[in-house]
Amino acid sequence: MTWTTPAASGPLDYPNRRYGNDHDRYEWSMLTDRAPLSWPDGKTLAVFVVVPLQFFPLNPKGEPIKVPGNMTMPYPDLRHYTLRDYGNRVGIHRVLKALDAAHIRPTFAVNTRLFEREPLLRQLILDRGNEIMGHSWSMDTPHAGGLAEAVERELVQRSLSRLRELTGQPVRGWLSPGKFNSPNTPDLIAAEGIEYFCDWVNDELPYKWNVASGDLWSMPLATEISDTYTLVDNLHSEESWADQVCDAADLLLAESREQGGRILTLTLTPWLVGQPHRIKHVERVLAHINGLDGVWSASGSEIFDAARNQIS
Amino acid sequence: MADQDKAEGLEYYQPWPYNQRPKITWPNGARIALWVAPNIEVYELNPPANASRTPWPSPFPSVAGYSIRDYGNRVGHMRQMKVLDKYGIRGSISLSSALIDHHPEIIDLCKERDWEFFSHGIYNTRYTYGLTEDQERELIQDSIDSIKNATGSAPVGYLAPALSHSTTTVDLWAEAGGTYTCDLFHDDQPTPINVRSGKPFVSIPYSLELNDTIAYVVNKIEPRRYGQMIKDAFDRLYAEGAESGTVMCIPTHNYQVSTPHRLAAFEEALEYITGHSDVWVTTGREIADYYLQNHYETATASIASINAEGGAA
Repeated sequence: MTWTTPAASGPLDYPNRRYGNDHDRYEWSMLTDRAPLSWPDGKTLAVFVVVPLQFFPLNPKGEPIKVPGNMTMPYPDLRHYTLRDYGNRVGIHRVLKALDAAHIRPTFAVNTRLFEREPLLRQLILDRGNEIMGHSWSMDTPHAGGLAEAVERELVQRSLSRLRELTGQPVRGWLSPGKFNSPNTPDLIAAEGIEYFCDWVNDELPYKWNVASGDLWSMPLATEISDTYTLVDNLHSEESWADQVCDAADLLLAESREQGGRILTLTLTPWLVGQPHRIKHVERVLAHINGLDGVWSASGSEIFDAARNQIS
Repeated sequence: MADQDKAEGLEYYQPWPYNQRPKITWPNGARIALWVAPNIEVYELNPPANASRTPWPSPFPSVAGYSIRDYGNRVGHMRQMKVLDKYGIRGSISLSSALIDHHPEIIDLCKERDWEFFSHGIYNTRYTYGLTEDQERELIQDSIDSIKNATGSAPVGYLAPALSHSTTTVDLWAEAGGTYTCDLFHDDQPTPINVRSGKPFVSIPYSLELNDTIAYVVNKIEPRRYGQMIKDAFDRLYAEGAESGTVMCIPTHNYQVSTPHRLAAFEEALEYITGHSDVWVTTGREIADYYLQNHYETATASIASINAEGGAA
């Protein structure tokens, strides 16, 4: 479907100045105006941890835009290729060990091409039984404005059908590389059976999207306490990142006891926080979360289903 | 206009050294006037192009920028308001006045609390750059009329949308009935401003350095350091306020300071500040009104006297 947000005819023309949003892809709604949600077993704070498993090609096209984290040096950029690959060889093992020690279950966002290239990693992940989300074909297949609809449709279809083949999972969730969207991304992923996507950071609970076909919801996944945003984009210290996540957990837990279920969302990127000098900060964060009273560690689909079943 | 034709400086104010001013007093002997200015904004998903400034860094739909700002209104506002309520602080809202149309629920909540509404243009994706004087006047009047219709009183303060200015922005605001501007960052005390109409008009300090967007996005500061900066600024202005009254503003955004990983640091700073005596917790408008009534004449006389003595050539 199209976006009903017509362009202005001049600097003082405001064609979308009306009640609600300036488009009709989802309803305007304040979080506190919604009925409180509850999570299983009387828990109040769901914990949704996404571990992206990514393939950054050595020869990226960077079209229509370049997703952060891609190669930056003249070909062959051994520096960034191998630093990213480090996550899939070494970092992932540290991250998984830290998660398991804290009894926190991850949801993996997987570039399909990575699972084609890395059968050993694929088997390691499949053996754990955790949920796998779609994460497009690679980190060089951005879903962004400028991508032709037919090209994007084929990309979505290929990424999801192959990932389903390789994993045997239904693949209900989606995370776009770099959280970019083209105008068509929500419709295209919904048409291929995606039920929730994590690209829009405008809410802290799932909410419904209007799409051409299928049934698509937005799931929260905060960018601002993600490891890449805090450590790479903002150059905050690891200590500060851990403080920020712990502060967020404490605030959301307190609020959840008064206002109903909340979700702490966290992205742990193996090529970044799997480094030996960073992993202890991940361990501190996960131990803090695990030590809180009322926490429900769950997969994306479990949280999504629990929320959707309560939202009329 | 070619660059060489542009004036090399601003004429809005004259030199007036911080250590050569008449003493400022605040109500009830307060040393410092504290105001918190939540920017409550609307950003368009599909704004018109502007030759001087690009609203969004990526092609339509610019998910990252648009959605976090949408978060501010959907989620962040209530969280920030709750903290301000807790410390007895009335916000002075820098309002994208299209929010009155889009999200009137937020306007109602602020009205119930007797918060101040001042103008921040129509949308924060509509810049002053490129407007003719008549167009800028129309934009300003639209924002005034919208706020007056929604709240019952016309705004008197202005912070230009997205801090985009023309050379006559402040003059136009004064002519439209405004009494103060937040667009000048030259001082820690109110200062008289020379507007072309000659009306009494003041600049009220609105700290860009403590603005959470500047701190978090431009300067990439960690949340706890931001909280410490607020406390440090307060300590110094509070100490100096024993000699002559100061103003401290904390400009915020509901998509910055209200996020779960940042709110604790902000709350701790407000707890610290409001734990002091002799703090006038107020609004921008009340500071401007008080200053205009009690200090403006003395101040203009002092400025005239200092500059007549040959301070500035």
